[in-house]
Amino acid sequence: MAGVSGHFPILIVVVPLVGAALTPLIGHWRRRLCMPWAALVMLFTFAMTAFLGVRLSLHGPIGYHLGSWEPPFGIEIYFDYVAALTFVIALFGFLVIIFSKRYVEKELEEAKISTYYTLILLILAGMIGFVVTGDMFNLFVFLEIISLSGYALIAIGGEKLTAMAAFKYLLVGAISSLCVLLGVAFLYSITGTLNMRDISHMLTLTDATRVASVALALFIVGFAVKAAMFPLHIWLPDAHALAPSPVSALLSGLVVKTGIVGMIRVLFNVYRINGPLNYGPVLNIMAWLAGITIILGAFFAFFQNDIKMMFAYSTISNIGYIVMGLSLASYFGIVGGLIHVFNHALIKTTLFLCAGAIIYKTGYRKLADLQGIGKKMPITMGAIVIAAVSIVGIPPTAGFICKWFIILGAIEAGKPVLAGMLLLGSLFIVAYYVKIINAAFFREPVHEITEVDEAPASMLIPIVILAIGCLLMGVFAYAPLAFIRPAVTGFLR
Amino acid sequence: MEVYDIRPLLAPLISLVCAVLIFWLGDNTFLRRLFSISSSVLKWMIVMSMFPASLRGVVYVTELLPFARGIGFILRVDALGMFFAVLSSTLWIITTVYAIGYMEGEHARKRFFAFFAICVSTTVGVAFAGNLFTLFVFYEMLTIATYPLVIHEETPDAMKAGRKYLVYTLTGGSLILFATAMTFYLAGTVTLSENGILSLQHGVNTLFFLFVLFIMGFGVKAAIMPLHGWLPSAMVAPTPVSALLHAVAVVKAGVFGITRIVYNVFGFHLIKQLVVHFSGVAISAGSLLALAAAITIIGGSLMALLQDDFKKRLAYSTISQLSYIVLGVALLAPSGAMGGIVHLANQAFMKITMFFVAGAIAKKTGKKYISQLHGIGFKMPITLATFTVASLGMIGLPPLAGFITKWYICLGALEAKQAVFVAIMLISSFLNAAYFLPIVYRGYFVKPVDGDTAVSEAHWTLLAPCIICALYVIALGLFADLPFVPLALAREAMTTFLR
Repeated sequence: MAGVSGHFPILIVVVPLVGAALTPLIGHWRRRLCMPWAALVMLFTFAMTAFLGVRLSLHGPIGYHLGSWEPPFGIEIYFDYVAALTFVIALFGFLVIIFSKRYVEKELEEAKISTYYTLILLILAGMIGFVVTGDMFNLFVFLEIISLSGYALIAIGGEKLTAMAAFKYLLVGAISSLCVLLGVAFLYSITGTLNMRDISHMLTLTDATRVASVALALFIVGFAVKAAMFPLHIWLPDAHALAPSPVSALLSGLVVKTGIVGMIRVLFNVYRINGPLNYGPVLNIMAWLAGITIILGAFFAFFQNDIKMMFAYSTISNIGYIVMGLSLASYFGIVGGLIHVFNHALIKTTLFLCAGAIIYKTGYRKLADLQGIGKKMPITMGAIVIAAVSIVGIPPTAGFICKWFIILGAIEAGKPVLAGMLLLGSLFIVAYYVKIINAAFFREPVHEITEVDEAPASMLIPIVILAIGCLLMGVFAYAPLAFIRPAVTGFLR
Repeated sequence: MEVYDIRPLLAPLISLVCAVLIFWLGDNTFLRRLFSISSSVLKWMIVMSMFPASLRGVVYVTELLPFARGIGFILRVDALGMFFAVLSSTLWIITTVYAIGYMEGEHARKRFFAFFAICVSTTVGVAFAGNLFTLFVFYEMLTIATYPLVIHEETPDAMKAGRKYLVYTLTGGSLILFATAMTFYLAGTVTLSENGILSLQHGVNTLFFLFVLFIMGFGVKAAIMPLHGWLPSAMVAPTPVSALLHAVAVVKAGVFGITRIVYNVFGFHLIKQLVVHFSGVAISAGSLLALAAAITIIGGSLMALLQDDFKKRLAYSTISQLSYIVLGVALLAPSGAMGGIVHLANQAFMKITMFFVAGAIAKKTGKKYISQLHGIGFKMPITLATFTVASLGMIGLPPLAGFITKWYICLGALEAKQAVFVAIMLISSFLNAAYFLPIVYRGYFVKPVDGDTAVSEAHWTLLAPCIICALYVIALGLFADLPFVPLALAREAMTTFLR
């Protein structure tokens, strides 16, 4: 690798970080330039991740050694097939920033605008770093960057309820971070290294399997909180529903996935859970908890009135899909879990942005108030319908793919009951999305929302792009699969 | 012989394009009608252009993007698929004309015609599906696309029926998905094959479980008792929907799925060997299915006797008639299979005539109950005449369409050495007569209550479809043995499957 492009693996983290640091300065100079600046930074990052993605698919994983120190002595950035997720993070981050423009102007005080974009860039930088790093301690550091900017973004509206939600998230999040930190410390104490691949190698040599098991448990609990798995999900609905809508989209679409990526890194990269070492029934417990998560998430969603609350609970049940797929630890199961990391991000970002557009236009967020909205905002509601059909898993949309693979994985792993739980959950999910569609299209309006028309273009464009994605990613599923298959083959080697 | 061709893709695509155009420009009545009619005719022509070759045993194939190992969208037109496609595209033209007349002055017509087109598109997709996966995709799309039509009236009753419809069909869909995944896991493929893809080495118990899963899944739309609950309540939909979707497209997708499962997934020979021993009693897959069908045939007829609501009586009759097809397929005998497959078309034309008549009467006079139909034959003689033809067909009077079905199914029962099903068919004929003929009698031989016997038929857009379908009922019986009729296709399908 020669020239600047050789440094892309670190630049995709550094550019948004530096961009975030510069945003307050730019905001101080010209407040209106914050959003274009943030968008530009993200677009640049996106271009770099796209370049790396193409490189990855041609030449395989890219290792980058910070300061040219060879690992395990130096820090390593490892752009492998899982790290291809950065492409999605950068793209969706960019779309969310575009969407934010009008939303933030209306919902936030002017003084907070530069803070908002700073935090957005920061959280995106954190996520990209989290996904590409090959170092356990860095993993923890990036997790903290994500969490801290997440707390601030939830509370940025400044209302009492949002502050409460952020505080709840902060408390639970702090415990989860501690778990992860402790896990890292345990692993360091028995292996003497922080590089993931090195730890993985050392674990096969060490005889301190009990310490390793405890560390594994700590990691799983820590990341399960971030991913909002039952019974550690309590913080999520409030946090995701009460945050500003573009932030909800980021949190629900991408940030919860850090918990998932953390699990993937720990289970498959570090512990090689399918390898010769025996760590007890971890996967089994996770799979059953995931099944419960799916059903409970869908069940609670049904009783919500607030559309954003519904979407938030739906995130919980979808996280259940992903964790179930991963913890089946069979080829198809992991493929299904990984592909849903991407597809769920797509679908849920669409849904929250649509909710944002509706709230921006009408000021209402309860289903009862939104009756008949489909006639006033046909494009936005059309996008919701597409995303809803997709998340329910009706073929040939994006959400169906994971269902197919996870069911296949469950049969492959000899646990068809789990597939049954997934199907039951997805039937519950149908029930509440049908509620939304019925209210929007088949009922008479209760409020005189006569003057409401479609959302502004800066909101509609991201929504339409994402909705088309929801439709097409079912048919063109081989594109993400091109990255996921080698990843899974690597995990199971 | 397999031939790669684009037409299997074009046929479903045309109605999809039509739907998009209607969503876009359908506020204009003229354009909406133009799109609906022209696309239905175009689609029919495309389907029919494949007909002669299909009779000779040519199989047209279109392969679309494979999205994962061994799974992809494959459209494959074999004789059975062709049969179903010809049926649905023919009826789409007729029903479109009828719907234009019937929906005059109703609300949300743009939505109605757009989703109508999507339904037909997915039905042809089901017909042409070359593997279980594609079949499932179109099957589920059909469910979703029908929902806005079921709740078209937007009344609380309609919303309730819609909910019930979704609960039943999506639960069935989940079972199919599970079973499809299981098939993929066992056989390593889901491509439909002439003689099945599974084999006994997977274990009899597993295969039997899989079979039951599939039957329960497809049985929802095929309205096998006790999975039939959604069908009578879905009758709140406008009549063209009941006619095309609940007499043809949706329910037939279920029956068609069962046929595919029996002959193309398990295969004739495997099903015959599929016997499990349950506490000493040997249960074979075929006879289990045949038994369920027989119960539904009798049960549906008995329920039909109890209905006063015209459309509900037709709905229960549909439930009963659909199981003829299932029975024919389940007999696992050449004539039985042929009778079952050909009844896909015969039942469709007979039942759609009846629904058209019920709709025409309701539209013209506002009468929806059978007890109100005194002397309707004086006012609408032609309409009731078409109904009479269809009724006699249902009863199985030669030379009408229904006779052909009953003849072959009875032959099949004898071939399979299960004469009890001949008795079932006879009882069913008797019951058919018991619930259809009183309507005819009341219409022609009881004077109208108000004494007004002036002839006033419905608008031609409602009347013409009734007449055309009634003529089809006669033709399907009279010319059954000519080379270019459905029976020849059914024979072609049967000979390949039972080879």
